[in-house]
Amino acid sequence: MAQLRIPVTSLDHVIGDENAAVTIVEYGDYECPFCAAAQPIVKQILARHGRNLLFAFRHFPLAEMHPHAEPAAETAEFAGSQGLFWPIHDAIYANQHRLNTPVLIALAASLKLSPISLRDALATHRFLRKVQADFAGGVRSGVNGTPAFFINGVRFDHPLGAAGLPAAIDATMRVAG
Amino acid sequence: MANILPKGAKAPDFTLHVTPDQALSLREFAGRRVILAFYPADWSPVCGDQMSLYNHVLPEFRRNGAELLGISVDGAWCHQAFARDRKLHFALLADFEPKGAVAKSYGAYRDQDGVCERALFVIDEHGMVAWSYCSPLAVNPGADGILDALEALPPMEKNDGTAQNPRHVA
Repeated sequence: MAQLRIPVTSLDHVIGDENAAVTIVEYGDYECPFCAAAQPIVKQILARHGRNLLFAFRHFPLAEMHPHAEPAAETAEFAGSQGLFWPIHDAIYANQHRLNTPVLIALAASLKLSPISLRDALATHRFLRKVQADFAGGVRSGVNGTPAFFINGVRFDHPLGAAGLPAAIDATMRVAG
Repeated sequence: MANILPKGAKAPDFTLHVTPDQALSLREFAGRRVILAFYPADWSPVCGDQMSLYNHVLPEFRRNGAELLGISVDGAWCHQAFARDRKLHFALLADFEPKGAVAKSYGAYRDQDGVCERALFVIDEHGMVAWSYCSPLAVNPGADGILDALEALPPMEKNDGTAQNPRHVA
């Protein structure tokens, strides 16, 4: 069974309580339709379990297949460096159908982030190393597609994919008390 | 699940079509490490299918001195279309005629379904199986097992220094 090799640290983007009994780590790609479809499921789980949960998102862009996935991940890191990771994360998924660099810059601008700084950050790939580090860690942990979820460090394999996640989290919560 | 060739077995040689007019033999890789990834079929209807994932991990495999070969019973024309669609940068071999013969020689053929198992083999520079793993058909095994196996091998005498695309060095 594939195990998460990179523990959640202060370098991660997280929602919830660091001391929660249940931790979910998602490896996702901003241009992957299955990841976009998983978004409301994750939101539903967060709404239901709130503080009893820690959720972290890491980048796993399949750049050969999804040409905008890597710049989108870099944009999210850029926003994250200014404390706005989650707002841009949601905005990118909401605009997945029309993703490109001008849209990414417009989304950043709508969050009052500097379009010029973002353009420079994308041109110089300032945040690419962080994105690639997420990807490399995901590969070593057995990420086998996107989205990939790890519940308390164990890869969640389910025939229905993310649709099976709420029941699995409920079950883990019961065990964790 | 099939009984695939275990660690320590001699990797059976084979010659298979890699394009409609080109064939490739395992013995051409003598002195180098090879990853054989048997898989059921081209065109799995998901983004992160096994071959696309490996395409993104290719620089990491090559940094470990290993070349990747994908093998299924699909024909060479099918492989060509699939590789082009997914922008694959490694060879797909057609175990097409006689169907599944190479997979059978590795114990990685499913008679009941007429396709290859999802079986992985790391073959060392001496042509011996250094690691093998058979995944449930529906579960993409990922790349962690392959990378662990490659790192567990002793350092090679010479590195082939295959060119890398730094953009995707993960």
